[in-house]
Amino acid sequence: MNSRRRVHLGAVMAAGAAVLLLILLWSVIDRPARAAAGNAEDYASPLELLFSPDGTRLYVLCNQSNEVRVLDAASYSLIKTVAVGRAPRGFSLSPDGTRLFVTNSWDDTLSIIDTQTLAVVATWPVGAEPSSVVEDRGGTRLFVANRISGDVAVLAAQTGEEEKRLLAGRGASYITPSPDGSKLYVTHVYPNPHAHTTQQGNRLTPESEITVIDTARAVVVERIPLPRIAGVFHTAFSADGRLGVVAEVHPKNLVPLAHVEHGWALANTLTVFGADVGRPVEVPLDELERYASNPFDVVIAPDKSHIYVTHGGSEIVTVVDVQRLLHFIHTHPGSFAQDLSASANYVVARIPVGHNPRGAALTRDGSKLFVANRLEDTISVIDTRANRVASTITLEGPKTLSAVRRGEQTFYTARYSFQGHYGCASCHIDSTFDGLTWDLEPDGFGRDIVDNRNLEDIKDTEPYKWNGGNPNIPMECGPRTEKYFWRSENYDNLTLAALSTYVRSLPARPNRWRQASGELTAAQERGKAIFERGKDKFGNPIAVANRCSYCHSGPKGTSQKSFDVGTLKATDHASPLDTPQLTNIVLAPPYLHDGSARTLEEIWTVFNPNDKHGRTNDLTKDELNDLIEYLRTR
Amino acid sequence: MKKFYGIAMLMAATALAFAAPPQMPLFHFENFTTANGLPDNHVFAVLVDGDRVWAGTENGLAVYENHAWKTYTTADGLAHRAVLSLALDKRTGDVWAGTMGGLSRISGGRIDSYTQLTSGLSNDVVYGVSVEGENVWVATAAGGCRLNLHTGQWSLYNERNTPMSEIWAYSVAATPSKVYYAVWGSGLLEYDQRTGRWDKYDDPDGENEMVLFKDQGLIHEIVTSVSYVDNIVWVATYFGNSRYDGRYWHNFLTKDSGLPSNFTNAVKGIDGKRAWFCTDKGLAYYDGVNWAVYRPSLTDGKPEMTVRDAQGTVSPIAVTTAPAHNYILGIDFQGSDIWVATAKGLSHGILQREP
Repeated sequence: MNSRRRVHLGAVMAAGAAVLLLILLWSVIDRPARAAAGNAEDYASPLELLFSPDGTRLYVLCNQSNEVRVLDAASYSLIKTVAVGRAPRGFSLSPDGTRLFVTNSWDDTLSIIDTQTLAVVATWPVGAEPSSVVEDRGGTRLFVANRISGDVAVLAAQTGEEEKRLLAGRGASYITPSPDGSKLYVTHVYPNPHAHTTQQGNRLTPESEITVIDTARAVVVERIPLPRIAGVFHTAFSADGRLGVVAEVHPKNLVPLAHVEHGWALANTLTVFGADVGRPVEVPLDELERYASNPFDVVIAPDKSHIYVTHGGSEIVTVVDVQRLLHFIHTHPGSFAQDLSASANYVVARIPVGHNPRGAALTRDGSKLFVANRLEDTISVIDTRANRVASTITLEGPKTLSAVRRGEQTFYTARYSFQGHYGCASCHIDSTFDGLTWDLEPDGFGRDIVDNRNLEDIKDTEPYKWNGGNPNIPMECGPRTEKYFWRSENYDNLTLAALSTYVRSLPARPNRWRQASGELTAAQERGKAIFERGKDKFGNPIAVANRCSYCHSGPKGTSQKSFDVGTLKATDHASPLDTPQLTNIVLAPPYLHDGSARTLEEIWTVFNPNDKHGRTNDLTKDELNDLIEYLRTR
Repeated sequence: MKKFYGIAMLMAATALAFAAPPQMPLFHFENFTTANGLPDNHVFAVLVDGDRVWAGTENGLAVYENHAWKTYTTADGLAHRAVLSLALDKRTGDVWAGTMGGLSRISGGRIDSYTQLTSGLSNDVVYGVSVEGENVWVATAAGGCRLNLHTGQWSLYNERNTPMSEIWAYSVAATPSKVYYAVWGSGLLEYDQRTGRWDKYDDPDGENEMVLFKDQGLIHEIVTSVSYVDNIVWVATYFGNSRYDGRYWHNFLTKDSGLPSNFTNAVKGIDGKRAWFCTDKGLAYYDGVNWAVYRPSLTDGKPEMTVRDAQGTVSPIAVTTAPAHNYILGIDFQGSDIWVATAKGLSHGILQREP
């Protein structure tokens, strides 16, 4: 054995020992830490902020404690805490300020709070994963964005009765009215499905949209295209309605992510639109050597002087000078979204705030910007003349950080990656997925394409990674992530243990296709029988290893083993593939290891010609539909 | 006295003989072809949505708005270039297009398509589509389907779970109470939305081309189109047409009605009394008593309109325009105007005279 090999072997052994130590540490920390953490809902986790119309109250939407906290806007003292449903995600006031509407994303309900009594006066059932709500100026209709069904439900404002649903983008989440209330602008967090396939399968640049709804007619009148965008968050308008701005992420998922050092694997941008601009223009928020990760909320000063953008990953607020931005746009016609030097022309400040800043609200005079630091249970109060945090409001809650909480902070921050490029949450939006396929490995363009898997309920589904190469979460989140993603800094042992604890703690969202009774519908029952069958329709036995229920066994639908199901491509390094868990599988297209199946149907109608991915070619179309109905319940 | 009575009778008979034909709607037709903006002259379906008119052609989906045509193609996401059927979701303004290669939804300019490979759609040849509430009902070459827009669930209807003996579904009409499928070779299927039960209406003569029992039931098994309005079912077949009020059938044949042909591609009821029939020999309107036919002459191609009264007297009406072709495939209404899909263009019938 020569010395180089000895060194190499030594390094491998050392790395293995370190990982083993981490696993042990994590397993030791995990249980007591989780016990100490108690209920994750103890943390307030402020997500969105609103001022009352008279500016005297600050409403704080607390995402994990399932509350709206009402603060005195001058003293910041707590006036009242109002309990709402699970995982509230969005809220808004009626135009007259008498009612506060809250979307409870895990209960599929809307809480209506009387702002005089600060009591919930009604709770209405709405669509799947309601994420924001707006009432029209006349007080006749409510518009609710449903993330799972990708639509906007139109409800009678006084009764909650659903009138209809309007098709929005995939993962519809945020609604912003125009200043005159005549239009609603709806954004969505997952890219729209592609209509086409190419020689590269469905590997095309992502596309998103701003869905524009005519409020009076309650119909979609326009879709502003957002080419190459995946992950669109809040929109804001200037008071004169001439300038619209939307916060978004621009992934470059078609080239190896390992090229992060070359810059721009995920750009963080604004699309600017409206009469002041003409055609919509995408402008970067990043700098040449520092990224402004995960833009979320955007606010425009009342005098239209500045735009404020919160960045959940970079933990900053970016301040954009509007006049300089417009001048730059008008003097640089065309797209300059890839020119990271552009932001120096209009970004005038980066203000550090707390962990995972999300919602923001300006005082009526624009002198103070309030920013909700979701993973810190604080609100930063920014003096907008000095562009610095003048004070910090601490919300009531646990004073100590649990391992889960520390892990969540690590999950959402971008501080570990090269130039603060991105964090885990950049691709796992709200700890789920991003709807994209990625080229991760530095093995050449277009090789080893992988679908980004959903993180919900992934505890005890190891191994991880599509080739099953990572035996546990610490390995997945630690060495692999550090090597392929961060390329800059590694976690210390405690940080990695906390991150792993958080990832293991991620629950599954409620399944919307299961009946409340727990019983399966007739179609689901038929599908279950197909899933579990041991004989095909001709009476021939199906080999045990070729039954759906063999590989996708257990409560999470994975045997945790790897198989070749006939879906590997010439561009894949040949290996069996890890069996993905089925938890909420219906929510996370595309499918297969490389995302080549756009829908569940395509797994079998296109990519299973030889019955290697289960015996399915004997099924009629009705039966395949039944199988899919059953899979929706998993 | 007898002489006076005789003269009176003669005068009455003369008056009847020379009585003006009943007033039927008179149109001025403006025709659209590839020469003035249509992507193709074969127009399979037409749909009016306010000021917009959609035309399903053999080479794309065209929409006429502000006096200009815009065409959507497969490059825009349309499932197939040949658009066979159209339906409007009146609540949302979304248009659903049945094509030779799947089903497309056009919403605010965005097109999402569903095929038998990418979705639960039973077959890519979509002859008919109808929207009711949160459900989209589809007629395909392999039976019927229902897509629930809230849950995404596809339900298929075919010989395994309905009385459909053939599965070539040509047309579907969905309402809150009933859904009707016109099935080529398998009569008329009725789905009761309340009970979830299927019923079937067949030609009592079986598959004979003869009509042995007139008005005893559906006129023929080869049903091409169905329209349900005011609790009346209007049915088109290749061998005549039928009207059913839930108890009694009334059939229409060329020999005893004003139909220009028994070969009928589509029927559209205005109400329980009035309907339009799209035949291979012209467009026919029935007002409950009288008939009018609009077409280019079958002999010389000149514009032609005829009116048939209750006595069967057929009178020509002088006209200067006619639909683009005799072979009529679809019709829709824009106020008092009509839009007509034909084999050689789309025709806009602008009402000149109320009936």
